[in-house]
Amino acid sequence: MQDVAVVGFAQAPNVRRTSGTTNGVEMLVPIFAEVFSATGLAKKDIGFWCSGSSDYLAGRAFSFISAIDAIGAFPPIHESHVEMDAAWAVYEAWLKIRTGEVDTAVVYGFGKSSASQLRRVLTLQLDPYTVAPLWPDSISIAGIQARLGLEAGLWTEKDLAEVAARSRADAAHNPHAQVSGTVAITDLLDAPYLADPLRAHDIAPVTDGAAVLVLASAERAKDLVDRPAVITGIEHRVDSPVLGARDLTRAPSAEAAAKAAGVSAEVEVAELHAPFTHQELILRTALGLGDRVHVNPSGGVLSGNPMFAAGLARIGEAATQIFTGKARRVLAHATSGPALQQNLVAVLEAA
Amino acid sequence: MAKQLAAVLGTGQTHHRAKRTDVSMPGLLREAIDRAMADARVEWADIDAIVLGKAPDLFEGVMMPELFLTDSIGATGKPLLRVHTAGSVGGSTALVAASLVQAGVHRRVLTVAFEKQSESNAMWALSIIPPFQMPVSAGAGGYFAPHVRSYIRRSGAPGHVGAMVAVKDRRNGALNPYSHLRQTDITLESVQASQMLWDPIRYDETCPSSDGACAMVIGDEAAGDAVAGGPAWIHATAMRTEPTTFAGRDQVNPQAGKDAAAALWREAGITNPLSEVDAAEIYVPFSWFEPMWLENLGFMPEGEGWKLTEAGETALGGRLPVNPSGGVLSSNPIGASGMLRFAEAAKQVMGRAGDYQVDGARIALGHAYGGGSQYFSMWVVGSAKPAR
Amino acid sequence: MSTPLSAPLEVGFDYTRSLGPVLGRFVTGLREHRIEGVRGSDGRVHVPPVEYDPVTAEPLSEFVPVTEEGTVLSWSWIAVPLEGQPLSHPFAWALIRLDGADTAMLHAVDVGSPDRIHTGMRVRVRWTDEPAGHIRDIAHFVPAGTPVPDTRPGSGDEPVVVMVTPVHLHYQHSASPEETRYLRGLAEGRFIGQRCPACGKVYLPPRGACPTDGVPTAEEVELPDTGIVTTFCIVNVPFLGQRIKPPYVAAYILLDGADIAFLHLVLGCEASEVRMGMRVRAAWKPREEWGTTLENVHHFEPTGEPDAPYESFAHHL
Repeated sequence: MQDVAVVGFAQAPNVRRTSGTTNGVEMLVPIFAEVFSATGLAKKDIGFWCSGSSDYLAGRAFSFISAIDAIGAFPPIHESHVEMDAAWAVYEAWLKIRTGEVDTAVVYGFGKSSASQLRRVLTLQLDPYTVAPLWPDSISIAGIQARLGLEAGLWTEKDLAEVAARSRADAAHNPHAQVSGTVAITDLLDAPYLADPLRAHDIAPVTDGAAVLVLASAERAKDLVDRPAVITGIEHRVDSPVLGARDLTRAPSAEAAAKAAGVSAEVEVAELHAPFTHQELILRTALGLGDRVHVNPSGGVLSGNPMFAAGLARIGEAATQIFTGKARRVLAHATSGPALQQNLVAVLEAA
Repeated sequence: MAKQLAAVLGTGQTHHRAKRTDVSMPGLLREAIDRAMADARVEWADIDAIVLGKAPDLFEGVMMPELFLTDSIGATGKPLLRVHTAGSVGGSTALVAASLVQAGVHRRVLTVAFEKQSESNAMWALSIIPPFQMPVSAGAGGYFAPHVRSYIRRSGAPGHVGAMVAVKDRRNGALNPYSHLRQTDITLESVQASQMLWDPIRYDETCPSSDGACAMVIGDEAAGDAVAGGPAWIHATAMRTEPTTFAGRDQVNPQAGKDAAAALWREAGITNPLSEVDAAEIYVPFSWFEPMWLENLGFMPEGEGWKLTEAGETALGGRLPVNPSGGVLSSNPIGASGMLRFAEAAKQVMGRAGDYQVDGARIALGHAYGGGSQYFSMWVVGSAKPAR
Repeated sequence: MSTPLSAPLEVGFDYTRSLGPVLGRFVTGLREHRIEGVRGSDGRVHVPPVEYDPVTAEPLSEFVPVTEEGTVLSWSWIAVPLEGQPLSHPFAWALIRLDGADTAMLHAVDVGSPDRIHTGMRVRVRWTDEPAGHIRDIAHFVPAGTPVPDTRPGSGDEPVVVMVTPVHLHYQHSASPEETRYLRGLAEGRFIGQRCPACGKVYLPPRGACPTDGVPTAEEVELPDTGIVTTFCIVNVPFLGQRIKPPYVAAYILLDGADIAFLHLVLGCEASEVRMGMRVRAAWKPREEWGTTLENVHHFEPTGEPDAPYESFAHHL
């Protein structure tokens, strides 16, 4: 089976609200152009297209269909779509290239979270019989998860504020970030609770955005970019949805995915998809990341969380570390579902 | 190392009904999954990954329902993927599951697709009119009826061909114990007497709205070799997409479908589909799509698909039995309808199609389409391993 | 450029959830003020019950009664409750393990302020006044020992089979910048299309991306309000949410000079007289009713001119 590499990445600015449509076209057109320009590829060179998005985020059935207008999808394209974060679309494209059927793929994700009230839309991911009819929202559920760790002594509110402060400081170097800057831990802790025990800085912002990744067989990748990021492992797992039956302070699915993907001590940089500060700490443990690993140099999703593109963007940000020669071995992580239910881990290495 | 061989080890489906109020969503899925696993003779420990497909989440009012279904579908601790490619999703889902095996990642993958339409109302979900639009659209029937009119005009097909398809598929459905509609008494006259819903489409020429699910276990070459009586070997797969609307788009005979079919036959080594394919399960939600897809798939020249239908050659016993299971016209759990086509094709070459078995079927086509005739997925399965 | 147009989009449906044997029995019990869990393969009692075991995926069927009182395992505070939540004043969301259960259920606890709840706190069910066989028959929880009104269990001999679950979401739908120019044109009684800079085709409405070239349509092209019917159907079927009374002719209208047709109504003749290729003209609503919508055109009606030859529009089908 042929190896697969990331050879291109672009993302739309992470913003609180775009005036664009929910089909993502306005965000996608410029970033498709950006990756084509960077890789020298054109639409006709792409063997497979795969996207990730959500009808409920858009408020419409089949909302992903008009996104393909941004491609200019005629003559017809070889294409698929997952109703998941586009990080899982990367997985599907990775399969296609491995089989040898194609040797290039473009993967994209988009979401306009501002079209509705995100924390309430995400309620619909919960059990539709005994949980969702009560309308618990995604932030309240994360608060319950955070408190379990606080009271078990796994982390403190100060630990959480430190994650937020570091993310914002790193995001200052990320031109696409929505939230960034230098903040004092004490100031963060002085802020009122938004969903006790969570404060505003513990919660990823509501973001409109899109991202696109270009994949190629490792063989083809050499011709396209100087430093392709070869995917040496990509795995994903899912945990039980029953919030009251899981140990919410752990992420067994992330742990299992990391183990299967071959995460080792040599990882230099990790881009984690942690929409809440405490979830970064859960993930660090689950993925076995030591203190020497630089977590989220991009600022992570606490500085911009475009739903259904954010996990894909973690892979892109991690790959960028290799494109730019800043690291030789990186980890990317994506999550989906309530309280870190589903997790994907990829390891990328310089060729 | 090239693409690995993959095969269908077993299939299962629910009894499809307008309202399966006797089961929850988990219960509905398990009815199909349990049958597929029994048919494939596998246990949960044998399953490496699960791939789930369904059409829009608005149908059930659950966002990404695979998340809450994780325990029920045995996915906990395993890889779980969710595919959504509109009406073609059941087929695309099967193809993603197949690619997990073809890429050498897994040995046995469970794939399942479902729709529980009775949780809401598909006409409602499909007819939500965003602001600023003209509220003319009227569900899937309203969408496709003008294109059926175009086909009739373009091909000069006689008006009774659509009714003939309905009679054939519903009678075939009566042979299928899982079928939603089982109309042994249906006649050309009764179809033509049924109400005109979206002129030129009559009531009896439209698919029902069903609750249902379909599942398959797909395995690698060793797993396929171990199937008593033989599995359904996957000979070729294809998917193509084009935009919903564009200037000069051929909505009757879409290029994406033609391209997918051409790629499919090429990979399968088939040069004359009509003589080399023994049975076809084609996604026909409105009767006229049988002749339309016969042309789009290359079984018949453009404008002549209706001639095969009119000659009775698509009936059981004909030259190319189309939808021997009864097809979408007999059962339509939207998200599962495509996978049912793929599974029924597999059943034919495995010799497990019961009363609607096509004698000696060795090569069969499974086909699905979705959106505005713009998403196509298809596979060819065979009783023997593909020539390599 | 001016801000693109946007407008509210309501997506709501009262879903009818059939429950199956396990959940059906659970909510039937709730109606009668009984809470039953189910025992899993590892001996744990799940409340709420699960239909399939989280460990073995096997169906579960051993029901175990539990009590109305339990312990808070964790909680978070919602200061401004959202639409649909169990209480309209501030409350705690909590994971509550009922006595006799091994897993916890998520529900609301009514305690007034966050300093009056803590992990380990004992709470009890406050039943709703009108039980219906629904998870919401548990209105919320209150601190144990708090007096609760004496609510009556529900009646009904028939087990609950279907549970109605309203799902109502509110969106703001935005038009693209290109579509916005077209909609503003409609508000002035004009059809403003745009030409794709790559393929030269005229799109109406114009597009954020030409579907064949992936670039925004740009050059404005004003089109007349006359054209032809390319193809059509007659809608005879009534359906939920329909805004036009059937029967009506839904037709693809290709305006003169456009390269793509759009769906609209054809009136002004018998439905049976509508033909492919028929010449039509827009029948506008009175000017004072115009807005930024294609609904400004009430319908299209025949002009009486000779039909367009089939060959002239065959490539639009």
